[in-house]
Amino acid sequence: MIAHLAALPGVLRDPTVQFALWAFVKIFIILNVMLGIVSYMIYAERKIAGHMQARVGPNRVGPFGLLQPIADVLKLFFKEEFIPDEANKVVYHIAPMLAVIPALVTFSVIPFGPGALTVTDVNVGLLVFLAMSSLGVYAITLAGWSSNNKYALLGGLRSSAQMISYELAMGLSTIGVLLIAGSLSMADIVNAQRHVWMVVWQPHAFLLFMICALAETNRAPFDLPEAEAELVAGFHTEYSSMKFGLFFLGEFMNVIAISCIAVTLFLGGWNGPGPAALGIVWFLIKLAFLLFFFIWVRWTFPRLRYDQLMHLGWKVLLPIALLNVVATAGVLWWVGNR
Amino acid sequence: MAPVLFVGFALLLVLSSVMVILHKNPVTSALFLVSAFCSLAGIYLLLHAEFLGMVQVIVYAGAIMVLFLFVIMYLNLGRDVEGGLALALRRGFGYLVGLGLLGIALTWFARGWSAGPAAPPPESPAPGNTQAIGMLLYSRYLFPFEITSVVLLVAMVGVIVIARGRRGGIPEAPDMPEAIPDTPADRGEAPPATGAAPPAAAAPKRSVEGS
Repeated sequence: MIAHLAALPGVLRDPTVQFALWAFVKIFIILNVMLGIVSYMIYAERKIAGHMQARVGPNRVGPFGLLQPIADVLKLFFKEEFIPDEANKVVYHIAPMLAVIPALVTFSVIPFGPGALTVTDVNVGLLVFLAMSSLGVYAITLAGWSSNNKYALLGGLRSSAQMISYELAMGLSTIGVLLIAGSLSMADIVNAQRHVWMVVWQPHAFLLFMICALAETNRAPFDLPEAEAELVAGFHTEYSSMKFGLFFLGEFMNVIAISCIAVTLFLGGWNGPGPAALGIVWFLIKLAFLLFFFIWVRWTFPRLRYDQLMHLGWKVLLPIALLNVVATAGVLWWVGNR
Repeated sequence: MAPVLFVGFALLLVLSSVMVILHKNPVTSALFLVSAFCSLAGIYLLLHAEFLGMVQVIVYAGAIMVLFLFVIMYLNLGRDVEGGLALALRRGFGYLVGLGLLGIALTWFARGWSAGPAAPPPESPAPGNTQAIGMLLYSRYLFPFEITSVVLLVAMVGVIVIARGRRGGIPEAPDMPEAIPDTPADRGEAPPATGAAPPAAAAPKRSVEGS
């Protein structure tokens, strides 16, 4: 190994360059694995929805319909690309990219397993996630505005209001965990749960976080921005082909990213019985459970009305989250000073 | 590595700041401002102010600018079409002031300017600077912190009073139906009305109408 390093040209021996190269390798792997997970999450969603509605779901392409996601993506690629006449072209093109990028950046701070199985462990990991989820609003708002379509604009405005409202409650619901773990670094938060998962100390915060996660990712029952009965298709009414595909991808990436964060914060991350090498397996099992939860909720609950949504966010979730911060801090202070 | 990143972020920051004032379309200007905030956050990260950088993105780029955009879209501002002498005068004055500021800045730079900070930034102090900021905020800077909170609270109460006052004013017109103030849209548009203050602030207004 050392001889290997000595043979490398000088630039490659620079630790920062090596770090950057490793990060590129990890990002490449994560990107491709996540694309695979997204495709098969869509397959799982359709299968589960089928079973819940006493249908079969996709079963034509390949054994058990397992090649269906590939067929779907190919179809999206070959669709005609359509741009509305009066659209603001530049913003119209940027919006779908903005839907995917923040979700992808979030994966850079998620510890999939102990040691090297995370792209980078920064000391403000959780804030990176919150920052990226707050930037995710732009994709939908701009898509709605630039399409020059009233349904799209209404969807975009709804979503910015919704995401700003639920971001606050979501951010506050994680503070209880931060207070107990005493760090913003994801690795430290996972290490703090080596014996007891945070969900045991903070079950209400976990519930709050999951409700806000549903709203933050625009999933049913909070999929108001694309309520098809009122808004045609909401913010992506005017998008077709792979641009629509990117919004779809962004939504599922967000669901996966937020589930990863929930696993890390509340369900012990990669902690589990057995050797440390099994960490990533535990992580993926917990992640799969949460992803199933997202699908389960979507096909079980009806959509909320818009004013109910705002009422829930500001008058129920936010006060509970604030109370939780005060109560957790109080209990920790009392325990510390006893 | 760091100098390259710094030059990149700084160039992006300057370019997008310039585009904010030069671009005619308000929405595009707002988007360039978002890009400026994000580049500034990148510079904070290079200075090992991770907490500050992330908060910059969360608060400015993620919350305040979204509200800005919201308002701009809501008002549906088109391109700046006004012209004539007033605009020319205003522009000329603006250019003069801008040139003056640029001159001051250049003389300052000419006196003592070096590429990058004089001393290298300390390598990531302690476990994290979040604790450090928290300790400072709640000890030495407690008073400014509290004052800022009070100012923000006052602003919030003021906004609620103004918003509720306009809505309360509707029944004064005799031909307005009673049901208007209570449409779902009205309730949905006033989400910040959650603090402890709004009922107290709104109550006197109601009694004034009644009298």
